[in-house]
Amino acid sequence: MTDLTNLTVAQIRDGHRAGDFSAVEVAEAFNANVAGAKALNAFIVETPEHALAAAKQADADRAAGTLKPLSGVPIGMKDLFATNGVQTTAASHMLEGFVPRYESTVSQKLWDAGAGMLGKLNLDQFAMGSSNETSYFGNVISPWRRKDGGPNLKEGAALAPGGSSGGSSAAIAARLCPAATGTDTGGSIRQPAAFTGISGIKPTYGRCSRWGIVAFASSLDQAGPMARDVRDCAIMLQNMAGFDAKDATSLDLPVPDWEAALSGDLKGKKVGIPREYRLDGIDPDIDAMWDAGIAMLKDAGAEVVEISLPHTKYALPAYYIIAPAEASSNLARYDGVRYGLRDLPQGAGLQDMYAATRAEGFGPEVKRRIMIGTYVLSAGFYDAYYTQAQKVRALISRDFTAAFETCDVILAPTAPSAAFGLGEKTADPLAMYLNDVFAVPASLAGLPAMSVPAALNREELPLGLQIIGKAFDEQGVLNAGLAIEERASFTARAEKWW
Amino acid sequence: MAIDQATVRKIASLARIAISDAEATAMEGELNGILGWVEQLGEVDVTGVEPMTAVIPNTLRLRDDVVDADPLTGGNRRDDVLANAPEPQHGFFGVPKVIE
Amino acid sequence: MSNYTIKGETGEWEVVIGLEVHAQVTSNAKLFSGAATAFGAEPNTQVSLVDAAMPGMLPVPNRECIRQAVRTGMAIDAQINKWSRFDRKNYFYADLPQGYQISQLYHPLVGEGSLTIEADEKAGIAEAKRIGIERIHVEQDAGKLMHDQHPTMSYVDLNRSGVALMEIVSKPDMRSPAEAGAYVRKLRAILRYVGSCDGNMEEGSMRADVNVSVRKPGDAFGTRTETKNVNSVRFVMAVIEGEAKRQVALIESGGTVVQETRLYDPDRNETRSMRSKEDAHDYRYFPDPDLLPLELDDAFLDECRASLPELPDAKRARYIGEGISAYNADVLTAEVEAARWFDALLEAGAKPVAAANWVTSELFGALNRLGKDISESPVSPAQAAELLGLVADGTISGSIAKQVFEKMLESGDGAAAIVDRDGLKQTSDTGAIEAEIAKVLSANADKVAQYKGGKEALFGFFVGQTMKAMQGKANPQVVNELLKKALG
Ligand SMILES: [Mg+2]
Ligand SMILES: [Zn+2]
Repeated sequence: MTDLTNLTVAQIRDGHRAGDFSAVEVAEAFNANVAGAKALNAFIVETPEHALAAAKQADADRAAGTLKPLSGVPIGMKDLFATNGVQTTAASHMLEGFVPRYESTVSQKLWDAGAGMLGKLNLDQFAMGSSNETSYFGNVISPWRRKDGGPNLKEGAALAPGGSSGGSSAAIAARLCPAATGTDTGGSIRQPAAFTGISGIKPTYGRCSRWGIVAFASSLDQAGPMARDVRDCAIMLQNMAGFDAKDATSLDLPVPDWEAALSGDLKGKKVGIPREYRLDGIDPDIDAMWDAGIAMLKDAGAEVVEISLPHTKYALPAYYIIAPAEASSNLARYDGVRYGLRDLPQGAGLQDMYAATRAEGFGPEVKRRIMIGTYVLSAGFYDAYYTQAQKVRALISRDFTAAFETCDVILAPTAPSAAFGLGEKTADPLAMYLNDVFAVPASLAGLPAMSVPAALNREELPLGLQIIGKAFDEQGVLNAGLAIEERASFTARAEKWW
Repeated sequence: MAIDQATVRKIASLARIAISDAEATAMEGELNGILGWVEQLGEVDVTGVEPMTAVIPNTLRLRDDVVDADPLTGGNRRDDVLANAPEPQHGFFGVPKVIE
Repeated sequence: MSNYTIKGETGEWEVVIGLEVHAQVTSNAKLFSGAATAFGAEPNTQVSLVDAAMPGMLPVPNRECIRQAVRTGMAIDAQINKWSRFDRKNYFYADLPQGYQISQLYHPLVGEGSLTIEADEKAGIAEAKRIGIERIHVEQDAGKLMHDQHPTMSYVDLNRSGVALMEIVSKPDMRSPAEAGAYVRKLRAILRYVGSCDGNMEEGSMRADVNVSVRKPGDAFGTRTETKNVNSVRFVMAVIEGEAKRQVALIESGGTVVQETRLYDPDRNETRSMRSKEDAHDYRYFPDPDLLPLELDDAFLDECRASLPELPDAKRARYIGEGISAYNADVLTAEVEAARWFDALLEAGAKPVAAANWVTSELFGALNRLGKDISESPVSPAQAAELLGLVADGTISGSIAKQVFEKMLESGDGAAAIVDRDGLKQTSDTGAIEAEIAKVLSANADKVAQYKGGKEALFGFFVGQTMKAMQGKANPQVVNELLKKALG
């Protein structure tokens, strides 16, 4: 019998529906993989009983002829989504032991669609990071290992799974779950997907409700799926997206059947190649992959045009003002009064309790961003930093609008490099931030964007190509992603060592 | 605008994060590095540009004035609200005595 | 011009006053959540996950709160901003679960407007005065801290957390405690007419931050202090008086006023500095990224305007136009319930001037005696109209009307029924009146002689005696005519 954990979401769904296997068998197979992969540290909490209960329900529903869209499919849930009765931490000490009495809208939709939960996935603390090294519960280790990459790159060294959705990316790549939720504020779905050879899509801002997701930067945060292929991303996304009256920024639009409309035929489509993304001194493997991607899309019938996104250079600095500013305010609620950690030194007053609790509960990167955010909003600096950044953001958005007058989707690398080694970039926050250089512009503009695996580099590590679409055009993004997927024939996977 | 130790301490105090001398020193360098880098935004000509308000064209929806219409955003759930409290006291949240 | 001044050792000082009034918006649910707003519930029962700022919770604004703020803005002839935004005001306090208050700094819902306070000689307000209003913005209320329940802990109740407030910011246009008092009363009346706030100051539905500074006449504004959360008109006036004197004394003794937040202690009638809040002055306002800009369309504004009732100034002018005295018009329009009652009385057919006199003297007097509000009046406007109608058409006299009204209050019966039952109808039967006149004149022959001798003042005596003999039921005009004839 085939290893059920090698199946995609679509294959599990269809096989279960056809009676090829039971949902309980699927859940048990994934539960066993999760239990056997402690070395990856992908999960903060494992919930095999939740997965099994959903599987039993799925088997009963099949018998009764009442199957749901994700019946029989167990998934991983990033530990940024509040899950009723299951610890939700945002990978922070601050929320260690926090058990919400409510369920996030997106996770509720997935359970309503029949999915089961294998566990809560590790991430960068409060989703702040690009390597998963800021988690209070220890970093995730990528299942991938580097082959000989020359004198500077140690063969076999532990690699970052990307971040912040690094638990999600590692778990999918290691076959611990067929799909998982992610969130993307400045690349946190796309970059880890690229690092681990899987797919992931951040939809248009507002497609997925933010209600019940621990907030990082409200104007940027957007949930999306991560999975092994484009079809699975489409299936997951259409069961996560949808209008939610509880989120004032939720888009009141119908959710298309993205899976049904999947097509890798790009005849009549124009693909834009942004001139400004050709960075000096970029890794030649990245450039080569990009060129290969262009060829694939031409092969799929698309016309390729050069475009200009003139303010690209300023996206990252704008992001590192806006996101920390919002975060400094969003994270003010963690004060030790109503939930979470309280550190009350002997004889401390209220304000001392705040300072002690927050010093103890937040990790260094979270503190750094809160400090930056507090500074840029403070009296005398607000206009120079925050207002200026929001103006630049408007210009970045305008760049995209102008570009989309001459093309339908944009093709670019997802990240400027393959996965780096754990500890390689932790000493220099700026070097870490630069890893999101290609991902951040689409976040600032709220546009749908996805990463699909496209090639291996010379160290035999996966590289991802990014497709950015017009607002609301997830279909265009998914279809271009599919066209690449069909041609890249990316079948490499991490050899099991854990 | 380089920031000094005193500024680092002032920001930490505004943000209610206790910091040690060593942390303040380390942060001074890091924050200056990051802020020095973001200051390149000052080069951008933003004449006549309005700061971005809504990333995707969308208008603010308003809710009907109905109590507890949705239990997820309604009241009457004190147990849930207090479930994770570090110091629940007779239906209140307890905090160290505040002198006003 | 106000002539209120503080007399210091160096001369007279002028007081400059601006008020920021926080008025709780009348709504069923909170500004950004579905939890109830009712006063006096068990602690933390009217708290949603949103109000407790649980992780991942988001605000969605309540339409009614916006609508009420817009209607209030229209009632003070203010600019209504069709495009406004919510901002976050960041600070840490135990009654503020999010670590920020959602408010409006940069783009408030309501811009400049004004209201007029009436002349009040007794209070030293020589003539009506227009007080400018800078803005009205909508924001969240905070929770409540209790300090006296535990030796080492304070207790937090979030029932009020997230209740909608309008912050109504005046210009520094007031110059005396009396003007400030009149402003608060007028504002309260307008809010209650509009229905956007119940104006209940004891329950905290309305409270004022009082900004006071002093200057020598003609000088630039001095440094102001802000005394927070003053919750009665009397206290507002006391704070101004006390604070102005404190500032004058301070300056004259060589000190300087520092811009600071102060707290009023009603028991000692003094203010003191709130040093605890001083270091939190950098609020780091920025647009709330959880909320999009608030855009209002014409249909919404039209509905707001169409639903506004007649407001105090318009009503007062209408009453005066109908011949009612300015004093009575002020009294009748001060409280919305009284004005509504009076309008119902007019609607039921009562004549304005007589009705105004009757309501301000007879009805208010009776309610005062009974300790009742006008909303609890035992006599309805329709019943009162019937009573006044009987006086107007000559069925009963004014003095009989007083008796009838007492009987109405006791029994709840209608005026006409009482008049019928007790035979109180006024008579114009000349025969019966002539017969009583004859008796009166013969019984007082001496006085008749004096009258005829030129002491005409005695005429009133004969009228009174005749009316008395007629048990008050004679038509006074007929009595007059017949007496004149009889006395030849
Ligand atoms: Mg104030
Ligand atoms: Zn206020």
